[in-house]
Amino acid sequence: MKKVNYRNLSSFLSFLLLALLLTVSTTVSAQDQSAATDTTAAASSEAAPAEGSGGDVAAGKDLFNANCAACHKLDRKATGPALRGVATKYDRDWLYQWIKDSQAMIKSGDPQAVKLFEEYNNSVMTAFPQLSNTDIDNILAYTSQPKQVVQPPPGGDSATGGSGSGDGVSNNIVLGALALVFLLLVVMLFLVTNTLKKIAAANGVEYPEKEPRTPIWKAFIQNQFLVLVTSVFLLLTAGYFMYGFMMQVGVDQGYAPVQPIHFSHKIHAGDNQVDCNFCHSSARKSKTSGIPSLNVCMSCHKNITEVAPETATEEYSKEFYDAEIQKLYEAVGWDVNEQAYTGEEKPVKWVRIHNLPDFAYFNHSQHVTVAGIACQECHGPVEEFEIMEQHSPLTMGWCINCHRDTNVRMEGNEYYEKIHEELSKKYGVEQLTAAQMGGLECGKCHY
Amino acid sequence: MASNKKYWKSVEELNENSSVVKTLQENEFVEEIPTDDFLGDKETLEASSTTRRDFLKYVGFTTAAASLAACEGPVVKSIPYVVAPDEIVPGVANFYATTIADGFDFANVLVKTREGRPIKIERNDLSKYGDGVNARVHASVLSLYDNNRLKAPLVNGKEVSWDDFDASIAQKMNEMGGKDIVLLTQTFASPSTSKLIQEFTAKYSNVRHVVYDTVSSSEALDAFQNKYGSRALADYDFSKAEVIVSVGADFLGDWQGGGYDGGYAKGRVPKNGKMSRHVQFESNMSLSGANADKRVPVTPSQQLQILKALTGGSASGLPENIAEAVSKAKAQLNKAGSKGVLVTGLPNVAAQKMVLDFNESKGSVVMDTAKPKMTRKGNTAEVMRVLDGVVSGSVKGLITVGVDPVYSFPNNKAFKEAYQKLDMSLAFSMKEDATASLAQMVAATPHYLESWGDVQMKKGNFSLMQPTIRPLFNTRQFQDSLLKWTGNTKNYYDYIKETWTSSVLAGGSWNQALHDGFVESSAEVSMEDATADEANMTLESGTNNGALAASAQNGGGYELTLYTKTALGDGQQANNPWLQEMPDPITRTSWDNYLTISAADAKELGVENENVANGALNGGYVNVKMDGVVVNKVPVLVQPGQAKGSVGLAFGYGKTAAIQEEMQTGVNAFPLYKDFSSVQNVTLEKVGGVHEFACVQLHNTMMGRDIIRETSLEIFNTKDVEEWNAVPKVSKDHQEIPVTSPDADLWEGFDRSIGHHFNLSIDLNACTGCGACVIACHAENNVPVVGKSEVRRSRDMHWLRIDRYYSSEESLEVDQDKKEGFSGLFGDNGSLGGFGELEDPSANPQVAFQPVMCQHCNHAPCETVCPVAATSHGRQGQNHMAYNRCVGTRYCANNCPYKVRRFNWFLYNENDEFDYHMNNDLGRMVLNPDVVVRSRGVMEKCSMCIQKTQKTILDAKRDGRPVKDVEFQTACSAACGTGAMVFGDINDHESEVYKEKKDKRMYHLLEYVGTEPNVFYKTKVRNTEEV
Repeated sequence: MKKVNYRNLSSFLSFLLLALLLTVSTTVSAQDQSAATDTTAAASSEAAPAEGSGGDVAAGKDLFNANCAACHKLDRKATGPALRGVATKYDRDWLYQWIKDSQAMIKSGDPQAVKLFEEYNNSVMTAFPQLSNTDIDNILAYTSQPKQVVQPPPGGDSATGGSGSGDGVSNNIVLGALALVFLLLVVMLFLVTNTLKKIAAANGVEYPEKEPRTPIWKAFIQNQFLVLVTSVFLLLTAGYFMYGFMMQVGVDQGYAPVQPIHFSHKIHAGDNQVDCNFCHSSARKSKTSGIPSLNVCMSCHKNITEVAPETATEEYSKEFYDAEIQKLYEAVGWDVNEQAYTGEEKPVKWVRIHNLPDFAYFNHSQHVTVAGIACQECHGPVEEFEIMEQHSPLTMGWCINCHRDTNVRMEGNEYYEKIHEELSKKYGVEQLTAAQMGGLECGKCHY
Repeated sequence: MASNKKYWKSVEELNENSSVVKTLQENEFVEEIPTDDFLGDKETLEASSTTRRDFLKYVGFTTAAASLAACEGPVVKSIPYVVAPDEIVPGVANFYATTIADGFDFANVLVKTREGRPIKIERNDLSKYGDGVNARVHASVLSLYDNNRLKAPLVNGKEVSWDDFDASIAQKMNEMGGKDIVLLTQTFASPSTSKLIQEFTAKYSNVRHVVYDTVSSSEALDAFQNKYGSRALADYDFSKAEVIVSVGADFLGDWQGGGYDGGYAKGRVPKNGKMSRHVQFESNMSLSGANADKRVPVTPSQQLQILKALTGGSASGLPENIAEAVSKAKAQLNKAGSKGVLVTGLPNVAAQKMVLDFNESKGSVVMDTAKPKMTRKGNTAEVMRVLDGVVSGSVKGLITVGVDPVYSFPNNKAFKEAYQKLDMSLAFSMKEDATASLAQMVAATPHYLESWGDVQMKKGNFSLMQPTIRPLFNTRQFQDSLLKWTGNTKNYYDYIKETWTSSVLAGGSWNQALHDGFVESSAEVSMEDATADEANMTLESGTNNGALAASAQNGGGYELTLYTKTALGDGQQANNPWLQEMPDPITRTSWDNYLTISAADAKELGVENENVANGALNGGYVNVKMDGVVVNKVPVLVQPGQAKGSVGLAFGYGKTAAIQEEMQTGVNAFPLYKDFSSVQNVTLEKVGGVHEFACVQLHNTMMGRDIIRETSLEIFNTKDVEEWNAVPKVSKDHQEIPVTSPDADLWEGFDRSIGHHFNLSIDLNACTGCGACVIACHAENNVPVVGKSEVRRSRDMHWLRIDRYYSSEESLEVDQDKKEGFSGLFGDNGSLGGFGELEDPSANPQVAFQPVMCQHCNHAPCETVCPVAATSHGRQGQNHMAYNRCVGTRYCANNCPYKVRRFNWFLYNENDEFDYHMNNDLGRMVLNPDVVVRSRGVMEKCSMCIQKTQKTILDAKRDGRPVKDVEFQTACSAACGTGAMVFGDINDHESEVYKEKKDKRMYHLLEYVGTEPNVFYKTKVRNTEEV
């Protein structure tokens, strides 16, 4: 039976409301122009200093991202020092030498080099003999650029709003026109009957006087058959909705609780293409997919302390995201300035989204490793989720249906060789579903 | 038509003028209803602004609010590690090899941990000496999560930090300079600890070390030491024995440290028409006696004579039948030559020496004296001197480690008083037990699963103990304390490693040793030895002969043999609900100890055992007296097979300190342990009162039915299988056909030829009834503990029980013959009287054990009657039980011919009425996360460890390989140390279980019912051959 989902009702209502709001909103995309002028201004200010230091900023940026960004940030200490304005701090030739082989300089006893080396916990900087002086100039040109003032995100809000309202308006016009036509028709009908009556009266046509009829409701009650049919119908309808309501009790499809840290799967799995198993590594070998421990987060976030400006959306600003990363640092006890762990840990208390009841045994590795099912099959397009939610109903019927439809991946798995041969002979099929392999037996999941 | 009869309630109503009747007519209630009490004083009531209407509004609102709030699901939090340890993957178990050495049980074990919590103990299959993994060892994981453990060190009853503790120890030791301090410890059998104690006693020369075994093997140690030089116990490999004669030695129990059942069982399985012959002379019915081919009940004083007769003396003075049995046993021993072995449990140095001499003279291959066992060290004479010293005041200070003398010393009243007056009393203890609660200073020690350690269980076999969890409480190992106090900055781990690299490992890998849990090494490691008792080497001059010297029969006394029960042992784990609820293999009684007595003696005393209306067993009480010592109100249990004139009582019960109220069961037998001799002369005095036993088996005999099949070796070897293991026949069209034939079948069977088809084989020859499987099943499957009163109501939840049957005649075979011989209702051969007789076990019955769990019938009667299809069959042979589907009609339990289904009458977790481990956060840590904890109102039963078979299959699928035979295990088959239980896939024709299934001893339980179980048994064969 079809599951009636009342959760969607509320979202549908809110969508309607939104649409209504948008129809009355009259904002024009006036901001677009001002945003455009801002960007041109920024572009011109970009170009100016680059010319001064005699290097190609664009080439420098590429080189910087390829070679330096792992350890250096422009404005912030990382493994190595912040590099903005480094060209003015040191002599250019000294820099060439340092970048090409810093260890040699330290060994030779260059006081400035030794001091720098010691200041950064004796961490050895990779030598870059492959970089030419021009390359280095380019990089330095890039690092010499003045710090950009981050632009407020362009008013995409109004832009989308505008287009949305456009849609709403056109729809409304059509609807309004239709309603008008309908009204006109009604009025015309009324007028026509009136006229006809008048004509009839004028022509002296008599129509039989209507006998006073029993009111419709009395007639209804008197017709016992109709009463019976109606009440049966009503009961059935009530039963149908009741069943639907009952069946969704305890089904938390769409459950998207507020998490202590706003973790965006969209940014990680979507925009940055991080493999699901990179963080949820135990899904391959364990029954649980495992919420990654914070040291897994830190393997990337040691270096990624902020999001790129283009990551920000109208809903979530860059500041918002950066603050969330700070929450991670606080939980794991990472001091960004010192680049060291403080030892003060505050484990994150995530709110569990997928709550399978205790009496059902589910094993991730069975599905991920053995069956090779994509995570998205059950968890939905996670790479598009800004906020993680329960995509599937996780009901037994849902499990069973999949077990009935899905073929077991047997190729190349020696475990299945003999069983497959015999079973496929028995059922006379080449492919076997999970159900045929015993995937519908109660005890396989309930123990 | 209405009747005008008058009904009256009492004679009073007949009296018309009765005032009573009048008041009753006038007042509805006999007594005034105390309305004022609940309405309170009028003033407050009137002053209150809440009207009745308001009140109803509030009620309505709160009800609505509560129901609305209930609609919302709970928010579940998930907290990942901040820094995950490399070795932990949530949801995947890790196994660590370690060693238990608590002074009573010594064994190499594997510990299964989940998310860093130990949840189960398994046998270490690598170890050759893994046989000590008994029920107590399996249950020891729950003792780790004991709520009553000490949480921090105490000084004068107050919790202090370890630094403060060390400071007060240093101060105390200074004060005690020159005064006699005794370090009274358990047996550690640890090379490193031994070295460390030597260093400690070297630093504090006024400290002397005395080893105290709560249950002593001192006489055997003395005898061995006098003969072979080192203080150890001869080891026995019973698998090599052809004839075993035991005089009072329960070697399948805890005799000399136990752990012999594996070797014994190997020799008991008939192979090439041969199996060992086992003759047992004993007073209590023990596990060994129950497994023996021939058991002769004799009193301890007779045992001494028997031993003399067996080793060359005369059998004169013994009753004729016993003398005959002795001479036959002697002849068999002689015939077996070097393949024979004689063992004894008599607490007598001379007796022990006689046995060693006898085995040595025969050149017995069974006895191993070159590599003896080191698991007992205690010297009773030395311990007695300590006891006397403390009582007399010559010993000024006492440091106890792992022992509880205030509870377990025989003279414990006088000792308790003297102990409180000591200048210094320091107890190293896991719990605030009887001793620790009186000690000035208590050093909280960790459980063995939280500790480092090394053990030399047997000469040349070194084992390592490693922590499997970070200490739960603020505890410190005894050894670490010693290191600290001797000014050593190392921790004990480094200390062990140093000892091992320098001597034990001999260049071998430490990591490998730690991985395996043990290493075989020829290294000689010096261990401190107590001096042997040189005196008492002749039987007659012995002073510690106790009851043995004089027959107790003079003066109407009884000879008491003190023993340890399979479940509780020396009582260290008395606060362990699994062990408390584990039924004793012999008496099938849980939650108690009791005086076992023969039926004849019970009759003489006038003490009775009876089954009350709900089937539960009740018994009387006696006071047990022994020169000045009285143990009051000991419940009496009539024990078939108990030698007349002897009684038995188990140690380990009657604890009251650091143990929760539910677990304070039984009586303390240690006051009767005079001179640490397990045999005593006592007198009994009947006292009033009825004791309620929690006995799980109400019917003790099979009454000749076909439940356990048994035959003799001779018949097994010579006769056709049809004669001793016939498949039952049914009649079809007036023709006899075997019940297994498809024609006799009501059902369409599954096609099970594809995939796995699991079967469990249980060899009744190898099963000794030790009960390790029962506890392993508890641990694996989260089986709840229900408590004594529920067990009395037959509501025990054991998924696996070990049925014990007594024969009503001299053997089970004769029972069957007797039943077959019945004709008619009345008369000499009448079934009416005959069946009545068959219900009573014989005075010296034959005993047989049979583990019974869900038989996983292919044609399961339970499945067809379930109205909601909560129980159904899997293609792999398992009978599935979906708890969430069960509505609790209990039809299935009623329709089960094996009575293996268990109903959850109550919620056994998080329920204060059942205050066992599932009712506290600590205890729940032992639960297996892969198995659901059942709720009230559902049926449960053995699942054939489907979680384990599923895991094995998944592992194979993930690795892309077929499953190897040994991989499939259930908790019980993995725990079975005797090889009685074999589990596997019978579709794999190479598998062990397939071979077992094809064996001619194979039969199914109640095969004639036609249930086609997937559990099968193997007929018990007894070696009844006399010479």
